Amino acid sequence: MDCKFDIQDLSVYWRGNLSLKKVSLKISSSQILGIIGPAGSGKTTFLRSLDRMNELEPGFKAEGRVLLDGEDIYGAGYDAVTLRKKVGMVFALPVALPMSVYENVVYGPRLAGIRNHDRLDELVEQSLTAAFMWNEVKDRLDMSGLRLSGGQQQRLCLARVLAMEPEVILLDEPCSGLDPISTAKIEEALTELKKKYTIILVTNNTKQAARIADQTAFFLMGELIEMGVTDRIFTAPVHKQTDDYVTGRFG
Amino acid sequence: MRIHPRYTQRLAVTILGGATLLTLAVLVFIIVFVLEKGLPVVNFRFLLTNAEDMGRSGGIFTTLIGTIVLPLLAIIVAAPLGISTAVYLTEYTLETKVTKIIRFGTDCLAGIPSIIFGLFGFIFFVTTLGLGWSILSGGLTLAFMILPTIIRTTEEAVKAVPKSYRQVSFSLGATRWQTVKRIILPNALPGILTGIMLGIGRSIGETAAVIFTAGSSLRLPTSIFDSTRTMAVHFYILAREGLSSENAYGTAATLIIAVLAINLTAYWMMGRFIAKRS
Repeated sequence: MDCKFDIQDLSVYWRGNLSLKKVSLKISSSQILGIIGPAGSGKTTFLRSLDRMNELEPGFKAEGRVLLDGEDIYGAGYDAVTLRKKVGMVFALPVALPMSVYENVVYGPRLAGIRNHDRLDELVEQSLTAAFMWNEVKDRLDMSGLRLSGGQQQRLCLARVLAMEPEVILLDEPCSGLDPISTAKIEEALTELKKKYTIILVTNNTKQAARIADQTAFFLMGELIEMGVTDRIFTAPVHKQTDDYVTGRFG
Repeated sequence: MRIHPRYTQRLAVTILGGATLLTLAVLVFIIVFVLEKGLPVVNFRFLLTNAEDMGRSGGIFTTLIGTIVLPLLAIIVAAPLGISTAVYLTEYTLETKVTKIIRFGTDCLAGIPSIIFGLFGFIFFVTTLGLGWSILSGGLTLAFMILPTIIRTTEEAVKAVPKSYRQVSFSLGATRWQTVKRIILPNALPGILTGIMLGIGRSIGETAAVIFTAGSSLRLPTSIFDSTRTMAVHFYILAREGLSSENAYGTAATLIIAVLAINLTAYWMMGRFIAKRS
């Protein structure tokens, strides 16, 4: 398996406070990496370091190297806009933009300069199908995205990311506000999508990581405690903290 | 002694409701008063003929033109400038001491009496730049006068666009400008329009700044270098010089109806725009 991301000694400071401590890990392509850990463990900060979303907030500073296909994304001259076209992100709260379902999906492609209507139509159908919602909305593409239910909005967000044809998909607790059925649909979509994409999934739900992640990484207080094949992390963790967390005996 | 909540509740409703009623009553009284005195004079002849004998008789046609041209020029200059400034301050700069000082400055500017702007316009546009009493001098002066209002309302409208929309846009590979163009401006438009309407309202009703910079000629202007008179100025001169109180109220009534019509159109447009997007 190819190494997609190679993160070397990544430290992140927020307003001078160290919140991610020298994290090093390699992420392979065509699989799901689950990231688990309690609130405040640095999971989201880590995830957002991978598409440089952190730097949009004031007070952010990163040290170390994050290599995407061998190129340092924090290196001089690496353009954040180009990076974000390759590395898409689905946020914890579903955010449909205040425009039609169709326009939501083609937002990324339009930014990239695709104007051909047939091509856009094709992308919409492909992406919505891959997000398991084409049949639900194919007759209502003109409807405002804001009128979809929460679960549908989150799948719309996934479809919107897919329409950019990215290489990596980052998901930040994508199911935290969803009911079990919507969650199942998202998980089904992700399991299918991992054949084509590298998927990194931050989740507060350890069971979700156990269900769909191939590899799992456990973060605690800004440090990577351990990472390995999901089955091993859940059945034979090396560190006591990991064991405590996955068995729910934490704290 | 403690008053039972039921009574304090009743008292609160009475006071709040009373205040609302009083405000409305004053507003309605002013409008009815002006319309009652002015409307009998207003007809097509009044609107479409020129003033005669300094306005003692005849209509208000040239002042109607002046009232359209001056605020129009002011908005054409102030809206792009103000909206750009506001977007730059909110989207392109981080909140620092400098932006706070600029914001404080615009707030102060918004509170400066219009006659000061008139004086500035007279010294700068009319004499220093040699533009004379003209539509150009008047329009530019009004533009500077309404600029702070447009900047502040646009800033508020831009800030009210949810942060999550920006995040999504950036995460999909948008540049800052693409985000401004596709997300921020369309969503802030109703608020921006409100600012523009306030600006139009202020410049339509302005007298002091206009007399100093656009003069008060009753002739039909043929270019932006000609002097002109607005309805507000016409009303002021007619009433002040005691030329004709009938024509003065006729002008005032026309002015009120014009402002009402502009506001209604703006609300209608805004309503249609919002309905289309949700």
